[in-house]
Amino acid sequence: MKNSKSVAFVREGMIDQQPAPASQIGAVRWLKDNLFSSVLNSILTIISLLVIFWVLSGIVPWMFGGVWNASSLSECRDILNERYGNTHYACWAVLTERWQQLLFGFYPAEEIWRAVVAFVLMLVAIAPVLFESVPRKLLWVTIAFPFLMVWLVWGGPIWGPLLVALGFVLFYVSYVVLERKSSTLLALIGSLVIGLVWWMFCVGPLSEALGSALPIGDLERVESRVLGGFMICVIIGLSGIALSLPIGLILALGRQSNLWVVKAICVGFIEFIRGVPLITLLFTASLLLNYFLPPGTAFDLTLRVIIMVTLFSSAYMAEVIRGGLAALPKGQYEAADALGLDYWQSQRLIIMPQALKISIPGIVNTFIGLFKDTTLVMFIGIFDMLGLSNAIRANSAWNGINWELYIFIGLVFWICCFSMSQYSQWLERKLRTGHH
Amino acid sequence: MSAELQNHLADEVAIQITNMNKWYGDFHVLRDINLTVQRGERIVIAGPSGSGKSTMIRCINRLEEHQKGQIVVDGTELSSDLKNIDKIRREVGMCFQHFNLFPHLTILENCTLAPMWVRKTPKKEAEELAMHFLEKVKIPDQANKYPGMLSGGQQQRVAIARSLCMQPRIMLFDEPTSALDPEMIKEVLDTMVTLADEGMTMLCVTHEMGFARQVADRVIFMDQGQIVEQNEPEEFFNNPKSDRTKLFLSQILGH
Ligand SMILES: Nc1ncnc2c1ncn2[C@@H]1O[C@H](COP(=O)(O)OP(=O)(O)O)[C@@H](O)[C@H]1O
Ligand SMILES: [Mg+2]
Repeated sequence: MKNSKSVAFVREGMIDQQPAPASQIGAVRWLKDNLFSSVLNSILTIISLLVIFWVLSGIVPWMFGGVWNASSLSECRDILNERYGNTHYACWAVLTERWQQLLFGFYPAEEIWRAVVAFVLMLVAIAPVLFESVPRKLLWVTIAFPFLMVWLVWGGPIWGPLLVALGFVLFYVSYVVLERKSSTLLALIGSLVIGLVWWMFCVGPLSEALGSALPIGDLERVESRVLGGFMICVIIGLSGIALSLPIGLILALGRQSNLWVVKAICVGFIEFIRGVPLITLLFTASLLLNYFLPPGTAFDLTLRVIIMVTLFSSAYMAEVIRGGLAALPKGQYEAADALGLDYWQSQRLIIMPQALKISIPGIVNTFIGLFKDTTLVMFIGIFDMLGLSNAIRANSAWNGINWELYIFIGLVFWICCFSMSQYSQWLERKLRTGHH
Repeated sequence: MSAELQNHLADEVAIQITNMNKWYGDFHVLRDINLTVQRGERIVIAGPSGSGKSTMIRCINRLEEHQKGQIVVDGTELSSDLKNIDKIRREVGMCFQHFNLFPHLTILENCTLAPMWVRKTPKKEAEELAMHFLEKVKIPDQANKYPGMLSGGQQQRVAIARSLCMQPRIMLFDEPTSALDPEMIKEVLDTMVTLADEGMTMLCVTHEMGFARQVADRVIFMDQGQIVEQNEPEEFFNNPKSDRTKLFLSQILGH
């Protein structure tokens, strides 16, 4: 054994890949690792299983033994007594009877088709925004949707929304024309003034005149106060989401600005809004705003609420995006500068795509928060689903019913919020460009 | 001097830095820098860490602002005038220590972005140009990958190609090989040598002394924000004049 002391070593053949031993893979391994890895863990596993079983054995019969057809709580209880001899079962009949109200509030029954059409259009409109594989032509629906939605939901001749939309075209055209003659900033201010004048002073009289001269597409008017249920949450939530992202983006950029005034305004706004509870802003919207506006202006309550909700979440959005901006290495700005891109080009092409990608979880978090916060409108007299559940309970037929309504409302919100969170995770995976 | 001659001379001078000073707050980071770079000249800048090398070359394309003195690039003076800054940045390419590729864009998109948006080159033409330069840095087959999938050396070569796509007349390099593993340094240096051989005006901050000997027309040694010594490479390495230079050279070549 002379060689055994030598340090020299040369491998003669390379070792091929080999499969892992059977006991180390598959279900057996999983059970062992995750549930029964030690005596203590085994005991905990068994206790947990017992608890889960106990909870489910209470809930499952209650849910699946429930009554779906009855016209009041007492009728419901009679059926249950007859069937089981007790009333420890759900009474889903309230949903069968009142689902329309929960979804659409007090929207006139014969006009509900309009709300449904608007909802379907909404799905078509957001599809191309969410998924790249959807034909780009559908973006036209997205652009037209806000105006169509207003027309469908609130009714009246089509001229009002059409003229408002025309204002955007006017704004854009005047921007393009002015930009050729002066600087970007001046063009922006000028076209903004033109747009505002159009919206404030021309749209009203014009739409009235056109409405009486050419009553095209004159849908029956529906007042804002009869809007309610899930529908109002979607209207407020979606408008808030769609508006708070761009506003938050501008605020985040403004907060980074070198111009002291711009920066001060943005910081002031963000810090003010973040320091005030949303409910305060909503009360302001419902009560105070009317004092400030010139008398006689009937500024729609829904619109006021949308403005407040948007302002509220855009402040949070700005902070989320600022986090994304801060996470970008300085080298990205420098590379963009060194290549000669100007400020807006580098923001749009280099900085924002990356900052927004980093911020996706935070952005979606804000969206989900905003959507759930729409239930707060109940406190200013808008009948969202929670408000309606109170109204339904106030009716003598359903007095005393709780769980069934809350479970339904919770389920509707959960479906919406869970879809948003799943979408955000999918998007994050899709945008990952690192190591394969 | 006649105006014509003056013009001619100005055309020969790529970069003219006169009495340039810069401060970070109270810290006097660049002190009285004077430097003239002829067109086609290759200059290597060396010096200890923190001596202001990066700051100096970053002043040339206005990534940093100088506070006193004058910088003229390609006959255009750098001032706060945005038009001049834009003009100079189109003519001056830059490569960074950490590549700074855009991770959300493919290699090809990294290369076509600036030509398309700054020079308004049509997409197809920009792509042909990009492929031309990617071939030159020997990675045309990676064009549709993302930067995160490439090795450091490949990324730095893409960064060089990206700058070249703007067809600059001057290239700045800030320690292009310091973040690379040893086996990748050569591929990047080879690319830079090719570029130098084609007559590109180059300013390289680097500690690769072999590269300096091979391609540099002049080596500049900086310390404490000042140009301490400059000379032709052979003279600079074999016969350094200042004590600081000697100390520095003994430190980087000594082991
Ligand atoms: N943004 C900055 N603010 C303050 N000091 C800085 C900044 N950037 C660099 N410095 C300082 O300036 C000096 C020169 O930096 P730099 O040009 O990066 O040196 P080098 O590239 O030669 O290593 C260093 O002392 C550094 O700490
Ligand atoms: Mg440096």
